[in-house]
Amino acid sequence: MSMFFQVTIDGLLTGMIYALVASGLSLIWGVMDVLNFAHGEYLMVGMYVSYWLGFLMNIDPLISWIASGAFCFILGILTYKLIIRHCLAGPPLSALLATFGLSMMLKNIALNRFSPNFRILTGTFLDGKKIIIGNIVLPMPQLVTSIFALVVVFIIYYIIKRTRLGWAIQATAMDKEAAELMGIKTESIFVLVFGLGGLCVGIAGGLLPSYLAVHPEVGGLFGLIAFVCVAMGGFGSIPGALLAALLIGLVEALGGFYIAPVFKYVVVFGLYLLIVMIRPKGLFGW
Amino acid sequence: MMKGNKKKQDLYWYVLIVLLILIPFIPQVAANSFTQHVLILILLYASMSQAWNIIGGYCGQVSFGHSVFFGIGAYGAGMAVVRFGLPPWPGIILGALLATAVAILISYPCFKLKGHYFAIATFAIVEIFNRLFMVWYWVNGALGLDYPLVEVGWRNFMWYTTKIPYYYGALVLFIIIFGIVRFIEKNRFGYYLRAVREDQETAEATGINSTMVKLSAMALSAFLAAFCGAFFVQYNLRVDPTMVMSLQVSMVFVLVTILGGAGTLFGPLLGAMILIPLQEYTRVLWGGLGRGTDLILFGFLIILIMVRQPKGIMGLVDEYFNYKKMRKVISAESDIKY
Repeated sequence: MSMFFQVTIDGLLTGMIYALVASGLSLIWGVMDVLNFAHGEYLMVGMYVSYWLGFLMNIDPLISWIASGAFCFILGILTYKLIIRHCLAGPPLSALLATFGLSMMLKNIALNRFSPNFRILTGTFLDGKKIIIGNIVLPMPQLVTSIFALVVVFIIYYIIKRTRLGWAIQATAMDKEAAELMGIKTESIFVLVFGLGGLCVGIAGGLLPSYLAVHPEVGGLFGLIAFVCVAMGGFGSIPGALLAALLIGLVEALGGFYIAPVFKYVVVFGLYLLIVMIRPKGLFGW
Repeated sequence: MMKGNKKKQDLYWYVLIVLLILIPFIPQVAANSFTQHVLILILLYASMSQAWNIIGGYCGQVSFGHSVFFGIGAYGAGMAVVRFGLPPWPGIILGALLATAVAILISYPCFKLKGHYFAIATFAIVEIFNRLFMVWYWVNGALGLDYPLVEVGWRNFMWYTTKIPYYYGALVLFIIIFGIVRFIEKNRFGYYLRAVREDQETAEATGINSTMVKLSAMALSAFLAAFCGAFFVQYNLRVDPTMVMSLQVSMVFVLVTILGGAGTLFGPLLGAMILIPLQEYTRVLWGGLGRGTDLILFGFLIILIMVRQPKGIMGLVDEYFNYKKMRKVISAESDIKY
């Protein structure tokens, strides 16, 4: 029984990281209706920033998440300014393809500069510390990262729901023309949303290298799971993405443990298809 | 006027096909097997993307699931040769039929979803099929199927020393698929497809059974994609799940079509003509530098094309002709004025 709890908690902890990655994607997707294929690669970039800060300058991931968050924020803004802005006029798929090109570029630049080796930060502040409750072991790096991710998701959600800026973002998502007539500068909202999307993954990426190895392909699976989370949760809904991410983390861990590790993503994607068949617009969509 | 235009366009096609038939007789091409390889890939990728274009371009249902059908076609041929020691032909036919059946089974529930939800659902399907084929012992799992050495010739559709017959095989595939799409484009069914793409509710209001239209487009598209898969495996003489049934392969279908111009007859051909030489020659020129230099450039060029003209290369061509037309109109007007 304690095994079940252990697996459940591991799954939930992974799910919280997925939630932070997915909420960034959900923002971009919800406001601009753009599928950002390079989202997983933002995570990879954030992880590299944090890794190199830790490796070269001995800065702990607990601090360097600020740097990787800022870096990905700027990366997001640049992506919008240089690429997405020009694609919005065309058919909806062109932005997707351009971000696909970007993801290919980022992945291979990382490969080119940093080699395909797996790298992991050792000797961080939290390294090796753990909390033991009964038979359940909670490693500190995972625990802190996940709780932190959850807090960031709540902050983003609060900003969207309770501040004037968030209302402007919501208004832009609902009706761009009407929002413009109300005096909202939708162009700057778009820039900001892309930046915020980058910030979310940047923060997640900044904390991850303390227990997850960095390599150029690390973003691929995270990106894919984030897509599924967002679609499962429902278009642009952050609570939906959070719930879906926790569910996916849980199902992934339990499926991997009780069925077979090979089948864990089959179970995850199967669950997604099942949910979407019942609710075609996702859990919180309408 | 309209009819004359159509006839003229058909004439262009015949000229193009005759040129394509004659290409291998050019001595430079005949001597250089790399050029032949590039030409074969162009024809194959153009055919693949044209198959995708039926559902993705004309019908507007963006499917990332085509590598599943491509893969089933590939495995059909592969299993016939490797497991059963037969010529690939029965496997190709069976694989194509199976791919069609799978396409219908998958798409029927998925067509309830709209827009990006449909796209992500097809994503998930590819991943599920990929993982299942990875562990399926009967199709040799992640190891894949390696072709045995058998007699060369059309019976086994296999050659080791020359690529010219493969070129003609690809050409046949190309002519069939482009012919079918050309036929559909002018046909009632083609108008149904475009009506569903533009506005599904309006299409239904005018009496089109949109689910039926989408399903038949998907079935046809999957059927043709499976043939391309079979050709691909016969050309590579090896098949494994990552090679034929992964998101990367699915992206190729989408990439080539969108880059060329979705929902146009020439789009896939143009896309393949630009993308494949780009991919292969950057690979040859800079692949040797290692560490993905070619892919950095490739990604950059994709971004560049999309930023310059989001409608793809067909958009660029249109732009050019519109510019010329404008010039003509302006000069005509100036003639009147002065």
